[in-house]
Amino acid sequence: MHLTKEEEKTLNGEYGETLQKAIEILMALGNIFGADSLIPIKSAQIAGVSYKTIGDAGLEWISDLSGKVKVPAILNPAGMDLKRWQDMGVSPKFAKKQHEIIKAYEKLGVDTKCTCTPYYLEGFTARYGDHLAWSESSAVSYANSVIGARTNREGGPSALSAALIGKTANYGYHLDENRKPTVSVTVECELSGSNYGALGYLAGMSVGNRVPLFFLKNEPCGDELKALGAAMAASGAVALYHVDNVTPEARKTVFEPPDENIVIEESQIKEVYENRKDAMSCENEIIALGCPHCSSDELAHIARLLKGKTIEKEMWVCTSREVASSYPHLVSTIEKSGAMVVCDTCMVVSPASENYKLMMVDSGKALTYVPSMCRLEAKFGSIEDCIKEAGDSNKD
Amino acid sequence: MIQIKIKCRIISRGIAEGNVILTHDTISFLGNVDPKSGVIVDEGHELFGKSIKDKVLVFPHGKGSTVGSYVLYQLSKNGVAPSAMINIDSDPIVAVGAIISGIPLVDKLEVNPFDFLKDGDMVKIDSINGYVEFLSK
Repeated sequence: MHLTKEEEKTLNGEYGETLQKAIEILMALGNIFGADSLIPIKSAQIAGVSYKTIGDAGLEWISDLSGKVKVPAILNPAGMDLKRWQDMGVSPKFAKKQHEIIKAYEKLGVDTKCTCTPYYLEGFTARYGDHLAWSESSAVSYANSVIGARTNREGGPSALSAALIGKTANYGYHLDENRKPTVSVTVECELSGSNYGALGYLAGMSVGNRVPLFFLKNEPCGDELKALGAAMAASGAVALYHVDNVTPEARKTVFEPPDENIVIEESQIKEVYENRKDAMSCENEIIALGCPHCSSDELAHIARLLKGKTIEKEMWVCTSREVASSYPHLVSTIEKSGAMVVCDTCMVVSPASENYKLMMVDSGKALTYVPSMCRLEAKFGSIEDCIKEAGDSNKD
Repeated sequence: MIQIKIKCRIISRGIAEGNVILTHDTISFLGNVDPKSGVIVDEGHELFGKSIKDKVLVFPHGKGSTVGSYVLYQLSKNGVAPSAMINIDSDPIVAVGAIISGIPLVDKLEVNPFDFLKDGDMVKIDSINGYVEFLSK
């Protein structure tokens, strides 16, 4: 790898141990994946925030670092709502450790907003062609595919290293040749809403870590693309996809159609809604929306559906604190129904999910991770299905 | 005695010596290794029940959760980490873990380490100049 004089100095420890280790990490990854150099990045999004996932080991490492990040850097969801953790049923012991993790990042100059949708936030609205070092798989997919920015799926330590150095290694999705589609996916029915999460859940399993080019019958909106990408990154390892005539790179470039074509039929999409019949009802059930974190449009849609209702089951609506505080009237309408607007965290990374036996979700990503990471049953439905499931005691 | 030095690729910089412990199994540091003792606790693993403390750990590459990087850091903080590691092809989880923990790590040796190293061999890893030196049996 070619290093500039400044980078050499950093590697030789002239700017302290934290930066020396940080550049070593970037170089090691660059060497493993064949990068020629380091490239400047616009922003970083750092995974490894929930105490549930990184534990004492991660907390110790972050606490031992010193210095300040050089580019805007933001965090992935934490293990709890940082203010209302008690309302979620999180233990004080967990909360103490979670706050220590957040403080350790804050000391390094990291913006301690915790979200998987940094692209909705001021300072993190990436643009076409921007190089980024983002971690969270759905955010990586959205940045690469929907925005046309360029990022690999960074691990926690490598994203933090990139933020401290202001650069990342130039390999993978930073390079044109790795952004071409390698498999086609043709969908034979019209789709809307949560169907895109179901499609992603199915497609991810066959696509694996390749770059799919979708041929769809209708044009999805940003939130639908978000759901598609999030599900594919969870059930597969898709970090970049294109939708013919829709996503920015597919509009600008005429791609060679890949040889392999996967066909997805309406009956397969329907099956995603119908599976796990054994888990169809249970007393200890929660409904959890907002995976990835709700946009303002999604929050408005949920508020419209919940207006005037008094729900009978517990319900979380997960979003970023920024979006929630920009739309207090929507939050108030949702919470009047009995649902809780949960910020800074989600159903996948919070230990509070383990207090339940069954979770209904409208997200293909949550459908993949809730059973494996939280060890409870999950079932899938549209936002409308989920709200119907929550009941309404005003109607009884 | 003929001096044997084998060239390799530097992943995590540093110099260390130790006795070899070798496995053909990949390692998920999260789950396979007890961070307090440095003992392999996965019953299905070739090294089950053995300690990797102060050893030169030779294995193909890592696998599993990215939290494995932090577990290496914990092993090192607890004084039970390997003194150095040799991989066939290093993966990002082990590479990052080795760097943050200050454990020298090399891969892509000019000669396959499984062809010339055995458990207990004394070796020196020079991950500044990029070679592995065979010291004694």
